[in-house]
Amino acid sequence: MKPQKMYFKIILSSLVRRRSRMVVALLAVAVGATVFLGMGAVYYDIPRQMGREFRSYGANMILVSSGADSNLSLAEASRAEALIPPEKLVGATPFRYETMYYNLQGLTVVGTDMQSARKTSPYWQVQGEWPSAENQLLLGTDISENARLYAGSFVELEIVPPRGRKFKKEFQITGVIRSGGVEDGFVLMPLGAVENLLGQPGRASVIEMSIAADSDELTLLAEKIQAEAPGVTPRLVKRIMNSEATVLSKLQVLVYLVTAVVLFLTMICVGTTMMTVVMERRQEIGLKKAIGAENKSIIGEFLGEGLVLAGVGGLLGIGSGYFFAQAVSMSVFGRGVSLPFFLIALTLAASLVVTVLASLLPVTRATDVEPSLVLRGE
Amino acid sequence: MSKNILELHDVSMIYGPVKALQNITLSVQQGEWLAIMGSSGSGKTTMMNIVGCMNKATHGVVVLDGEKISRLNAKDLTAIRRDKIGLIFQQFHLISYLTAVENVMIAQYYHSLADEKEALEALERVGLGHRARHLPRQLSGGEQQRLCIARALINHPKLILADEPTGNLDEANQETVMNIFHQLHAQGSTIIVVTHSPEVAAHARRVVHLEYGRMIRDEVNVECPAA
Repeated sequence: MKPQKMYFKIILSSLVRRRSRMVVALLAVAVGATVFLGMGAVYYDIPRQMGREFRSYGANMILVSSGADSNLSLAEASRAEALIPPEKLVGATPFRYETMYYNLQGLTVVGTDMQSARKTSPYWQVQGEWPSAENQLLLGTDISENARLYAGSFVELEIVPPRGRKFKKEFQITGVIRSGGVEDGFVLMPLGAVENLLGQPGRASVIEMSIAADSDELTLLAEKIQAEAPGVTPRLVKRIMNSEATVLSKLQVLVYLVTAVVLFLTMICVGTTMMTVVMERRQEIGLKKAIGAENKSIIGEFLGEGLVLAGVGGLLGIGSGYFFAQAVSMSVFGRGVSLPFFLIALTLAASLVVTVLASLLPVTRATDVEPSLVLRGE
Repeated sequence: MSKNILELHDVSMIYGPVKALQNITLSVQQGEWLAIMGSSGSGKTTMMNIVGCMNKATHGVVVLDGEKISRLNAKDLTAIRRDKIGLIFQQFHLISYLTAVENVMIAQYYHSLADEKEALEALERVGLGHRARHLPRQLSGGEQQRLCIARALINHPKLILADEPTGNLDEANQETVMNIFHQLHAQGSTIIVVTHSPEVAAHARRVVHLEYGRMIRDEVNVECPAA
C-alpha cells in the first residue's frame, strides 16, 4: 500500500470514527467560513449596493460648457453620455435656466426633461402632478407660499425673448415641488416649452448626471469625458462623492472588524479543540512514537486531520455563507448579492490558514509527548 | 557461541535523589528468552524503558545489536525502536479508530511500507485472521494482546520487549500468549519479558531479579520448557 493511501486511511479513520469529538472543531470552522464568506460578499458588494442607494441623493457629476458660451450643446452632451457605460448611468438631465416675470418680479425658470429629472433627483417631492404638456409647470414651494399659488391654479408669466417683443402666457400649475434646495425657489417646466418660448433649441445650461460608480471610477470617467468630449467640462459633485466614500469606508471597516473578530474566535475554538484532542490522545501519540513514528509523522497526521476539517468545514461554510450573504443583502439593501468565484476560493484558503495556525501550538505539544508514557500506563 | 544482542555496562538511572536503577551490568544473547522480575518499584519498567530506547540511562553504556545507544539523540532512538525492537504492552495500547489489520499496518507504515497481505498473515499467525476488520473494542482482552504481538512482530525485530504481557489476561488467554512466545523463541527470536509473575517468568530460560533498582540475582531456569 502506498504511504499516501495509508496516511489518508489513518487521518480519515481518526476523523470518521472519532467524529463526535471533532464535530465541535468542524462547526467552528464552518461558522467562521460562513461569516467570512457572508461578510466578504457583502463587503465586495457594498460599493455596488450603496452606490445605487446613494443615487437617491441626486447627481454626482455635472456637465457644463467648456467654451465661452455659458450654454452647452445637447449634441455635445450626448457624446459625453455615450462615454459612460449604460449599466452605470442612472440618468442624465438637462437644465436650462432662464428668467421670466410674474407681476413684474423676475423668477428663475428651469426647463428640464421631467422624466429624466425623476431619475436623477428622486428626492424631489411633488405635491400634485408632474407636468405633461408645454403649458404646465411645477412651482417651487417658496414661490407657492409667497404668491399663494397652488397646484391646479393658473399663472400668467411675462416672457422676454432675446429677439422680438415680450409677451405673456398662461400656465397651469400641476404641482408644487419641495426639494430642500434651490429648486424650492424655481419654476420648472418642460425643456421643450422653454425652447419654444425663448428659442435656441438643443442647448442647456448644465447637464446633471447620476452615475452608479465610486469616486475613483467617477474621476476616471470625468477624465475620459474631458479628453474625448472637448465641448463639455465634467465636474464632480464633491459633496455627494465624499459622503459616499466616507460611508463606504466606514461600512467596510466595520465588515473588516467583524470578519477579523469572527476569524479570531474561530481560531481560538479550533485551537482549543485541537489542544483537547492532543491531550486526550497523548497515549496514542506515545504509542505511535514507541513503535517508530517520527515527530514529522505525528505533525503530519494532526495537520492532515486539521486540513480535512478545514476543507469540509470551509465547504459547509461556503454553502451557508452564500445564504447568509443573501439574507443580509436582502434585509439591508432589498436586493440579492453577487458571489464572485475568487471569494469562494479565498474562503476555503482562509479556512485552511486559520485551522493550520490554530493547530500549530497543539501539534507542537503533541511532539513533546514521550513514548515512555505508554509503559507507565498513564 | 551466539553473539550478544544486548549489553548493559554499569547502567544507572538517577532522578534527583531517586536511584531507579543502580549499576546494572547484563548481557543478553541472540535467541535468548530472559525474564526480568521484581516487585513494584524495583526498576523493571525503568530498565525496559532504557532497553526499549524510550529513555536514556544517566550513567553507563547500553549496546543493542552492536550499536552503542546510550548517547543517541531522540530521533536516532526512534529509528532504533522502529527497526530493531518489537514492543508488547500490558495495556495493549491499540489505536482505537483503526481495525486490527490497520493496527498492524501502522507499524509497517512507520517502518517502511504498509503491506496488507503481510499484515493479514501476521494476524493469521496469532489466530486473528478472522478478526482482521474488527476494531479493538470489538476484541476480547486475549485477542487484543495477540493483536499487540502481531504488531510487534510485523517488522521482524531483533528484540521483543514485553511488559507484563499477561497482566490483563485470564488463565486461558495467558496460556495462548505464552504459547506464541514459545513459538517465537523456537524460531530464534530474542525475548525479554518484564513481569512480577513467577508463572510467566518460569517460561524463560533465564531470570534476572531486581530489587530497589539493583540486580540481586541472575539465574538460569534449567527446568523451563525454553531451556
